[in-house]
Order: sequence, then structure tokens, then C-alpha cells
Amino acid sequence: MAGAKEIRTKIASIKNTQKITSAMEMVAAAKMRKAQERKEATAPYAAKMKNVISHLSHAHPEYRHSFMIEREAKRVGYIVISSDRGLCGGLNNNLFRQLAREIKIQQESGVEVEFCTIGKKALGFFRRYGGRVMAEATQLGDAPRIEDLIGVVKVMLDAYENGKIDRIYIAYNQFVNTMTQNPTVEQLVPIAGEAEEELKHHWDYIYEPESKEVLDGLLTRYIESLAYQGVVENGACEQSARMVAMKSASDNAGELIDELQLIYNKARQAAITQEISEIVSGAAAV
Amino acid sequence: MAMTIHVDIVSAEGAIHSGLAEMVYAPAVMGELGIAPRHTPLVTQLKAGEVRVDEGDGKEMQHFFVSGGILEVQPHVVTILADTAIRAADLDEAAALEAKRRAEDALAGQQADFEHAKAQAELAEAAAQLRAIDKLRKTHG
Repeated sequence: MAGAKEIRTKIASIKNTQKITSAMEMVAAAKMRKAQERKEATAPYAAKMKNVISHLSHAHPEYRHSFMIEREAKRVGYIVISSDRGLCGGLNNNLFRQLAREIKIQQESGVEVEFCTIGKKALGFFRRYGGRVMAEATQLGDAPRIEDLIGVVKVMLDAYENGKIDRIYIAYNQFVNTMTQNPTVEQLVPIAGEAEEELKHHWDYIYEPESKEVLDGLLTRYIESLAYQGVVENGACEQSARMVAMKSASDNAGELIDELQLIYNKARQAAITQEISEIVSGAAAV
Repeated sequence: MAMTIHVDIVSAEGAIHSGLAEMVYAPAVMGELGIAPRHTPLVTQLKAGEVRVDEGDGKEMQHFFVSGGILEVQPHVVTILADTAIRAADLDEAAALEAKRRAEDALAGQQADFEHAKAQAELAEAAAQLRAIDKLRKTHG
């Protein structure tokens, strides 16, 4: 009955692993629901803000904030959003690959790139491969707060205002559904102008204090809220990717256990058969 | 019933309040505002303080704390874009410096240029691993 004991130990150890992965799967499923709710909760703020901004920029065509003016890109900044933890399949790697492609295009056309990272994995990525990282934020947890992002976004916006960078992009995973996450790189600043329908009645707000100050405050918050949305969406992606990865890990462990069980049973059978035939042949010889 | 105005209080992290009110009081930077239905359109910044929503009908006044934000008034809708964080120029500046410092600490001693070839190679390897796992799963499953 050679190896039977080893097989038994192996089965026990895989069972333990399976317990862990299925627990992680359930935890991720619960967290995913919460993360999705969080993602939906951020939508009204950005939508309202966009309304006010488009009205403001419409009512004041002569005043263009620097966040709205396109200029030639010599140096661009990327805000890269990743997860803090691994075990979520190819989520982060897919995003980094997409990003690496973009960076290559930028570098080939002579544009320099700088980065701000959110999440440990992105920081680790740039630590391995180089790249000027201006600021970073990690350990945002499952319920990220906008305070944690203010610093990172401000570093980028300041660099933009000072003319150090001419464009800001944001790279994150877009949540399509539980099975699909889309690595996305979007332009954040300058804010992409949209075709607005003409206002029928020309009316304007009363501003307290100046319209410019109000617009400044609004735009900064708007960009922060977009970055926050990216973080929250990436969080939902992380949980769903982890859920899928852990589910397939549990399934694989199950298959492995079945296979090993079969081998074990065969070994046991063979040992018993051998013993019987030994006894029978022994009795016949007497 | 008296005239009412719709009030939405939202923050970046979620909706806080939505409903009808007879009167809304908010702490604007230029002084406290009271907004009644059919107020003229207005946009203002808010400072930290209390937003009070008077729902009328003898109901108790609702209180919300905001640490700042933007208030938008249209004749039948009041929107308060509330900050959840306490904001001030120097606080923001400190946060920015902190984020910078962390990045410098974390990346001390690494080269500044992004090595595209190396990154691409290792990413391709990771992708190949994932594909191999997938294939294994399919042939075994």
C-alpha cells in the first residue's frame, strides 16, 4: 500500500486550501455587492456637478478655466489606480499592459510621462520598471474616502497649473459585469468639451463670491470626484475579479481532490487484492 | 400645503438627503442663507456648518453637518454638493506634500525612466501563465 498515506495527507492539505479559497470567494462576493452600491452612490454627485459646470461655462464663454483649455502635450501625467492586494486574477496586469502600450505610444512621439499611483500594486509596478512617480496613496481599504485622494489629485493638478504637465489621464478598471472588467485609460484634464445644446432662455446664477472662485472650487472637486469614482469602480472590479479567481481555484481544488481520491482508492484496492491472493496462494501451498 | 422646494444633499461618497422642504438654511461663505421656494438661481460656496431643512407641517427641522461644499439654487431645486472632508488650502497642500513624500520614500533609489521592454516582457509572462492555467482547467474540467 505504497504511498497511500502520502496521498491522504495531500488530499487533506488540498482540502484546507479549498476551504480558504471558498471562504475568500464568499467574502469577495459580499464585498463586491457593497462596492457596487458604493459605485452607484457616487453617480449623482458627479452628475449634478457636471450640470452646474456646463451651465457655468456656458453662461461665461469669455472665461475659460485652465482645466478646460487644450494645449500641446509635451509631458503628460497618469493617475494609475490599482488594488492593494493580489489574488484577483489578471486584473492589475491587464491594466498595466494597456497602460504600457499607451506609454509606449507617448514615448515614441516624444512625450514625457509622469505618474501618480493609487494602490500598492501600481506602486510595485513602477518600482520594478522605473517611471517618475510624483505621488502615491495606498491602503485605501474597502471603503475609500475622498480625503485619501485629495493629496494625489492636488499634486497632479498643481503640476498641470504650473505647466509641468499638459494633460492628465486616469487609468483604472471599468466594471462591466461580474465576469468582465475593462482596463480603461481616460483623459481627465483638460476636461473634454462636449457639444451642449443651446440654452433657450438666457439666465444666469447669482454668484457668491466671484464666479471664478466658485468655478475653481467646482472644477477641483469635480476632478476629485472623477478620481474617486475611478477608485470605487476599481474596487468593485477587484472584488469581482477576486471572486471569480477564487471560485475557479476552489473548483480546481475540487477536481484535484477527486483525482487523488481515485488514485487512493485504486491503491487501496490493489493492496487488498494482493493480500487476498497471497493468503489464498499460501493456503493452497499447505 | 405651503409651497415647497426640492432639496438634494449629495456628497462624493453618496446621497445624504433628498426631499421636499419649505425652507432651507445653509452656511454660505458670505453669511448664512435662507432659501425659500422660487428663489432666484444662485451658486455659492459653503463653509463648514449646519444645513437645516425645514419640512414644514410642524415636522421637526432636519440638521446636516457639512464641512464645506457648493450650493446651487434653481427655482424649484436646491442642490448641496457637500464635502465630506474638511477642506482648507493649507490642509490640501499638506495632503499633497504627504503624498509626494510617500512616493519618494517608496521609490528611493530607482531609476526615473520607465523601462518599457522589461515591463512588457514580464507582463507577457504573467498573461501566458494565466492562459496556461485557463487551458489546463479546460482540458481537465
